[in-house]
Amino acid sequence: MAWVLTRYRFPGRSLLNALVHLPLVLPPVVTGWLLLILFGIRGPIGSLLLEWFDIRLVFTTAGASLACAVMTFPVMVRSVRLSLEAVDPGLDQAARTLGAGRLDRLFNVTLPLASPGILVGGIVGYATCLGEFGAVITFAANIPGQTQTLPLAIYAALQVPGGEQKAAELSLVSLTLALIGLLLSEWLGKRLNAVLGR
Amino acid sequence: MSLSVRLRHGFPTMRIDIAFDVPSPGVTVLFGPSGAGKSTVILAAAGLLRPNECRVEVDGQVMADTTTGMWLPPERRRAGLVFQDARLFPHMSVATNLRFGMRRARPGTVTFDEVVELLGIGALLDRRPHTLSGGERQRVAIGRALLAQPHLLLMDEPLASLDAARKAEILPYLTRLKTALRLPVLYVTHDLAEMTRLADSMVLLEAGHVVAFGPLAEVAARADLPLARRDDAAGVLHCRVAGHDPDRGLTRLDAGGATFWVPLLDAPVGCDRRIRVPAREVILAGKPPESISLHNIIAGTVRRIAGDPTRRSVMVEIALPDGALLARVTQDAIVRLALSPGRPVLALIKSTSIEVLGG
Repeated sequence: MAWVLTRYRFPGRSLLNALVHLPLVLPPVVTGWLLLILFGIRGPIGSLLLEWFDIRLVFTTAGASLACAVMTFPVMVRSVRLSLEAVDPGLDQAARTLGAGRLDRLFNVTLPLASPGILVGGIVGYATCLGEFGAVITFAANIPGQTQTLPLAIYAALQVPGGEQKAAELSLVSLTLALIGLLLSEWLGKRLNAVLGR
Repeated sequence: MSLSVRLRHGFPTMRIDIAFDVPSPGVTVLFGPSGAGKSTVILAAAGLLRPNECRVEVDGQVMADTTTGMWLPPERRRAGLVFQDARLFPHMSVATNLRFGMRRARPGTVTFDEVVELLGIGALLDRRPHTLSGGERQRVAIGRALLAQPHLLLMDEPLASLDAARKAEILPYLTRLKTALRLPVLYVTHDLAEMTRLADSMVLLEAGHVVAFGPLAEVAARADLPLARRDDAAGVLHCRVAGHDPDRGLTRLDAGGATFWVPLLDAPVGCDRRIRVPAREVILAGKPPESISLHNIIAGTVRRIAGDPTRRSVMVEIALPDGALLARVTQDAIVRLALSPGRPVLALIKSTSIEVLGG
């Protein structure tokens, strides 16, 4: 998706771009509600999924994953796109004159060179996923052990009298995971860039 | 065999209308100021730029012809391109870079070991591009292009980003390549020394048009071209080492149907060189002077006299039996010697003023 948005100019590109980035600016609850409408058992996509594959997304773990994915997609696309754009187009030209076709160039030149950004994007996306709240609670509800994300659990704990202790523990877990994610992405990015000689 | 390029293209700020035919194999230098359209020719020949009208034919093989809608994309054109910035793939070793094009091409006559030997890059194979010097990088880029078994080699100012020392280091390799390759090469530069050393033919470009094209010696010696108005204008002659006279410390060269003496050379008899005779170093005479330190008194015929208003001097083109020399003199000298096209004249050249170039 990032590659398409970086490399090609086509009618409707701005619209596609806007759609991809929509969850970033929309209140997460609205995103969740839109998902509910689309993928709910009576929704246009949800009803088909249920009928054809017997897949139910609403209020399930898969649904929570979908909500997370939709929410983190723009973050990932952005970071992948930035790293793709940072790849010198001159190298692509050089590869062309050396006989490399389109996919050949994508897999052997562009993607390896963009790999630091892509990996970092993935890790940051994963960390963001862990913290997803609004869209998940709306679309997949808050079912412990199934669709409960960390912030949902913390929120739930705070609702219960005397749950501060549990909330603090969970917050600590959240903090640790986020920190590990960020440090890991930093370290990986540095390592990969060193390999690429930057 | 020949290389034929014609293209027309309208850029927002200028029109390009270029056509030339040059012999193949051989090095053709595209020479001209920036913005003359040199790089456009290279990009169109490589297929990276699609001009409004374009036809490229290499040794009878048509690579592009917009009149028939024929357009080979760069990846299927087999036109090797060496960029000014080497553009090595930073995530691959030198060896992998070299093999990038080779692995994607049908096996051909250029072998890996031969190229590595020719360019002297054997010690670099395991290195990463960012650890190489500018000159080394450029040599690897040339090798990478050659190993893709191209039918045409394009070089877009390959030495422009290097300092004088690095240039001097890489030029001998290019001269060696020139003799080893049986391939048409289009070479862009605006460095006269590079051109004189490497070119077999040249295409002189200015503001999107061809001013002149032909064999180097012919174009370089034309008094009426902008090239002749440069400070470093010079006649270029192909020559053969004819003999050495170690007692006198001189070497005899056969060039342009005449005999030239230069300070003793370290080159075997019979090998080919080229000489460059700067126009400002040539003295004209009506009859041979007596008792003079000079070794070279070359008889020729005045072919063309062109004024150079900015310099208050006159450029005289002197035809030799095979080739030509340039002499920069004053208008007064023309009058005193009564020079006019068709008149015989003697060119006096100090042996130490003649520059002998390798290969």
